[in-house]
Amino acid sequence: MIVNIILLAFLLTTAVYISRITILFGAVMIYGIYSLLCATMFVVLDAVDVAFTEAAVGTGISTILMLSALSLTGSRIEITHKRKPIMALCASLGLGAALLWGTSDMPHFADASAPANLHVAPYYLEESSEQIGIPNVVTSVLASYRGYDTLGEVVVIFTAGIGVISLLGRTTRRRED
Amino acid sequence: MQHHLVLNLVAKILIPFIILFALYVQFHGDYGPGGGFQAGVIFGAGFILYGIIFGKDLAVRVVPLPLVYCMTAVGVLLYTLVGVAGMLLGGEFLNYSVLLPDSIAGQHLGILLIELGVGITVASVMISLFFSYAQYTHRDEQQSDNQDR
Repeated sequence: MIVNIILLAFLLTTAVYISRITILFGAVMIYGIYSLLCATMFVVLDAVDVAFTEAAVGTGISTILMLSALSLTGSRIEITHKRKPIMALCASLGLGAALLWGTSDMPHFADASAPANLHVAPYYLEESSEQIGIPNVVTSVLASYRGYDTLGEVVVIFTAGIGVISLLGRTTRRRED
Repeated sequence: MQHHLVLNLVAKILIPFIILFALYVQFHGDYGPGGGFQAGVIFGAGFILYGIIFGKDLAVRVVPLPLVYCMTAVGVLLYTLVGVAGMLLGGEFLNYSVLLPDSIAGQHLGILLIELGVGITVASVMISLFFSYAQYTHRDEQQSDNQDR
């Protein structure tokens, strides 16, 4: 409980800090910290696979790619807060309040009678060791029961990679200047 | 960044362990947290670290760009071929149970192969993303060098 509160406080602090900071380089680094805090949060929620992904992608690769992008565009550019966007503040506060209100209808964490835990999850948990025979049920769901979805994800990553390569990459040799 | 002694040394010590850890995550995903996606990202991060510290030209010599571009497709193809193999052997698309006479061994093999496919695609996409950015910064540096002269 205390861990949750501390983590959430840190998350809130970093989120506010990211929105206030004017140096892009700093924002990228703080975003990495935010991501790492999220990963810790997932560990607390016993979702180690998700935490692993968040730590590797959010903290590792994203930060590197954002820094690469910054070195392309110039990290010395600073954001300037000129206007006071009162309307935007009201809108986001309203949306946040609505979302908070919405969570009151959601089932409690790890509630066994929650709809998400009643549909196919019991079947996977009970049959996984019989049908797939590997200890990590997350892997058996991802790779075997939900193989189509994972194939779709890989194709999405592939497509994204092809897109960036065709926009930015140069497959031909550099012309002699 | 070739001239930073500390970075050079630390990277040289760390990169083999990063690659080794990626392989561990890749092939231990059946038993612990992890799998192809995380392994691919860690593997890619190891190469990107090498590219950042030792420069893009040396990194390209380790993994030529056309090879990286091919590997992005190889992973997806491997995944799909495992699915098609299941169809050819009398099951459904992506049904691994028919891959081997023993259904559980077939599942193990199928999961191992498709995780490998995921890992290959993710790692090579990450590396090619980085190189796509890096070659522009490299060229711009050269241009500014030329302008300085």
